[in-house]
Order: sequence, then C-alpha cells, then structure tokens
Amino acid sequence: MFRRSELDHRPSVQIFVDGAAVAAREGDTVSAALLASGRDVRRLTAVSGAPRLPYCMMGVCFDCLVTIDGVGNRQGCLVPVAEGMQVELQKGKREIGR
Amino acid sequence: MTMPRRDAYDVVVIGAGPAGLAAATTAAEAGLSTLLLDENAGPGGQVFRAIAATPVTDRKQLGADYWVGADLVQALRATSAEVIHRATVWSLDRNLEIGVSIGGASAFVKARRVILATGALERPFPIPGWTLPGVMTAGAAQTMLKASALVPDGRTVIAGQGPLLWLLAAQILRLGGRIDRILDTTERRNYFAALPHAFAFLTSPYFAKGLALMREVRAKVPVVSGVSELVAAGDGQLATVSYVAGGRRETMYADLLLLHQGVVPNVNLAMAAGVEHRWDEMQLCWSPVLDADGHSSVAGIAIAGDGAGIGGAGAAVVRGRIAARAAVEALAPASAAKLAQMAALRADLAHAERGRVFLDSLFRPAVQFRIPSGDTIVCRCEEVTAKDVLDSVAIGATGPNQLKAYRRTGMGPCQGRLCGLTVTELMAEARAKTPQEIGYYRLRAPVKPITLAELASVPSTEDDVKAVVRG
Repeated sequence: MFRRSELDHRPSVQIFVDGAAVAAREGDTVSAALLASGRDVRRLTAVSGAPRLPYCMMGVCFDCLVTIDGVGNRQGCLVPVAEGMQVELQKGKREIGR
Repeated sequence: MTMPRRDAYDVVVIGAGPAGLAAATTAAEAGLSTLLLDENAGPGGQVFRAIAATPVTDRKQLGADYWVGADLVQALRATSAEVIHRATVWSLDRNLEIGVSIGGASAFVKARRVILATGALERPFPIPGWTLPGVMTAGAAQTMLKASALVPDGRTVIAGQGPLLWLLAAQILRLGGRIDRILDTTERRNYFAALPHAFAFLTSPYFAKGLALMREVRAKVPVVSGVSELVAAGDGQLATVSYVAGGRRETMYADLLLLHQGVVPNVNLAMAAGVEHRWDEMQLCWSPVLDADGHSSVAGIAIAGDGAGIGGAGAAVVRGRIAARAAVEALAPASAAKLAQMAALRADLAHAERGRVFLDSLFRPAVQFRIPSGDTIVCRCEEVTAKDVLDSVAIGATGPNQLKAYRRTGMGPCQGRLCGLTVTELMAEARAKTPQEIGYYRLRAPVKPITLAELASVPSTEDDVKAVVRG
C-alpha cells in the first residue's frame, strides 16, 4: 500500500510486531512503521471484530489502536518508534488490566 | 519525559501548528511566561507536520508553503517559551486549569490566559465501505509522506475535492508515488455559486498556486470530474472503488483510496471547556463564537487558527499573533509596544483571508457525501449505520445527546470526532430542523482517553482528599 521513498536516509530502528522483528526508521510513528512493513497489520474492532487499518494518522480516528510495550489502546499514530519496542495488534476487545 | 517546570503560567498555548507557534512566540517575546503544549513528537501541527525532522529535505518537493513552518519554529526557539511535545491536554476548565498527560503521568497547570490552537481535522467522508482497510484520508497519506517519506505504492485512487487534494497529489507524484485516478466530487453548480467571489480569489495567492498544482497533476494522472456517487468495496480489505460520473457507473480495482472533502475545526477541547459554538452554514461545521481578538465566551480562553473557523495556514499564523497580542495587552500592557500593531495584524489577516469565500463556495461538499443512508457507517467506533440513526429518530431520539443512549454514537474512543457532524446533519434532515437546532454532543473531559491508573496517581492536596473522604 505504501513504500519508502529512496530519499529517506534516516537510521533504522528495530521494533517487534507480535514478536516478529520489523525494521522501522527513526522518527516513524508506530502506525507509519506498521503500514510500511508490508505485513498484515489490521486490527479487529472491539464491537464487531471487523478488520481496520489507520484512517486519519493524526490522532483523531482511533483506528490505529495498538498495544505498545504491554499498554493497550495506544494511538499508534502518535507514538514514535523506539529500539526494541514491542507492538501487538489488537484482536477484538482488550483484556482487563492491559 | 519533561513535565512543566512551573505550576502556573501567564499564557498556555495548546497546539504547535501555525497558530500555536505564532501565538507562543508573540507571548514569549513580550516577556510573558509561556508554555506551549503539543500532542505530536515535534512542532508543525498538520500543515507543517515534521517540519523539524522530515526526511524530505529537497525543498521543491514539499513546496515553499511548507517550509514557511521552519521560520516559525526558528522564531519560537529564539524565545524563552517552554515547549513540551507528546503532551496530550485532556482537560481545560473555566478556571483555566489544564490537565495534561505527558509520558503516562498527568500534571495540572494554571494559566492566566489560554490560547487554543487545536486546528482542524478532515471532514468525515461517510461513503459505503469507508471503514475498510485501505481507505484513508488524504491527510493521512500526507502525514506519512511528510514525516516518513512514505508514498502510495499499489493501485491508488484519490477522491473528493479541495486544495489539499491537489497539493497531496502533486507531492506524491514528486516523490515517485503512484496515483491511478483522481475522482473529483466538486458539484458543477458550485462553480456558479463561487463565481461572484472570483475576483477576490483571482487576486489572492491561492489562485496561481492552485492552477499550477492542478496543471502539474493533470499532466500525469487521469482526472474524472463531476463524480456524484462513490462506493468502496472489498472483503476485509479494499478491493474496488465504484463511482458515477456524468450518469455512467465505473468500477475499478484499487488497493488504496484516499478521501478528502475539506477540513473542519477540531472543537473537542474548546467545547469541553464550555466555549459557545454556532453552526456555520457557509463552512457546514461548528465554529466558536469569538470576538475580533479571538476571545471566546469563556473569560481568558481565546481560539486561534483553524479551530476558530477554517482560514488556512496563513490566516492561522496571524490569528495566533492577534490572540497573543490581546493577551499581552491585558496582562502586561507596557510590553505590547514592542509587538506588531493590532491594526497592522488585522490588515495581514484580511490579506490572508482573501479568496476564502470563493474556496468555501467552490468546495462546499455535496449533500450525498455528508449525509449518508442505509447501511453506510456513520459512527466508526461503535459501528452505527445511517439506518440505525434514522430508526432511533423514528422512535424518539431528538438530537445527538439522546442518540447516545439509543446507539452509543460518539461514545467510542474518538468521542464524536469522526461522526459528530454527520449525526447532526443526518438528524437535522430527518427531523426537518436546522443543525443549530439539533445541536451537538455535550463534550466533557477527558477529551482524550487516559488510564484510570494515571488519574489515580495525580498528586492530590489535603483539600482534595477532604472533599471526598468522610469524617
């Protein structure tokens, strides 16, 4: 859906998506890194289980919700990636305590 | 994460887009203690997104209008204003107390003046299939392009109308991205409605720039005008885009559909603070009621930038300066002398707003793209359809607040940002009332979700504890 322009020379940052290593770039948000990864990064909604991807990328739609380093329902489009960050795609409702 | 250094400031500015950058700079230059809080990782807001960090460093690619933002950031950095990014303001009240979440912890700061510069968001574009993965806003693609040099790769369709659509298309093409087709939804009758305002537009800076952009894009991408119907379809992923233009229906395969039909004020924080808003029949959105200095109905709260009504980045900068100058006049009148005169700022604003009425008339979104029907989703969070809303009206729901009890619209995580305008217009039409009569959701803090643990760990005074503990 998206690819990185060859103009982009930012240093790479490794994050993990459901345990798999993904190469992001310094300054990417989690959502941008997920969309650039080429992986299936759809979440499933809490209401009907419908698949979604980020819609607005600017903090208003909440379709980018992910679990980041164990904290659920974070807006992936507002959180910059960090080395070693653990991202989990949300499938349906969150469990209590996460 | 840095927390605010003080617990009270002369001026707190919320949002570091064009208006917020200008307002904070002006306030700090006059010697007022100034705090700028912003939700993003760096300054710029949406228009100047990633201005201090973009990997797209060849200035021709994002264009001169983008790089204006670099000067604003430089001017701010030359002042003593305190700037905190990744700071989410979740509460603002009539006492000008601000609740802000930074790095998972919350703090409260007091302000003598608050300048809200929370900008705009893209108008909802509720067509069938708009929740499918692969359907995004044009602004989303532009955000990724500016901040991460990401460009559309698969079969890409851009649909809608407005200046941003053409700018985005040009930027994607300059970076080597792919666009298969542009579907222009501008209604033909809008050209006639806009005509009386054409003179101001022709003599505004928008005209030459807009024409050049459209020429650049049309040379490379087929553009279909007069699109009157739009459907995204697919099974769990966008597969096709269907449209009707000139009475003919076409269906094409697509991996990515980028939607855009203008921007509207981001009202959540202002409304939650109790600022009075009115329905703007020209821009088809809620706008705060403001005086010439940007002052709202709540004493001490001013609004600048697109949150004050859509005026574009140039106007936002000037509105930021006006609101900040007014704050300086009120708090430290002697310091106002070193700032630009109010009369000069008002002349700048008139210049920056030139051509806006033409754009508003030309790019007024068509009713069928604002007011959906049938199974089209209205509320993305709670997955409520247009039919669900109309059924609720039929059994007694009178407005958006009652509808919450029937269908939970606006009660999901986005708090109505993506459904509010649609719900108001849909219910107004169904009940034969004006949007002003129908009203909007009653918004409350927290305007962004925070964890209970974070709320519980907010430091409390002895009085706070006494207020809720018995005995």
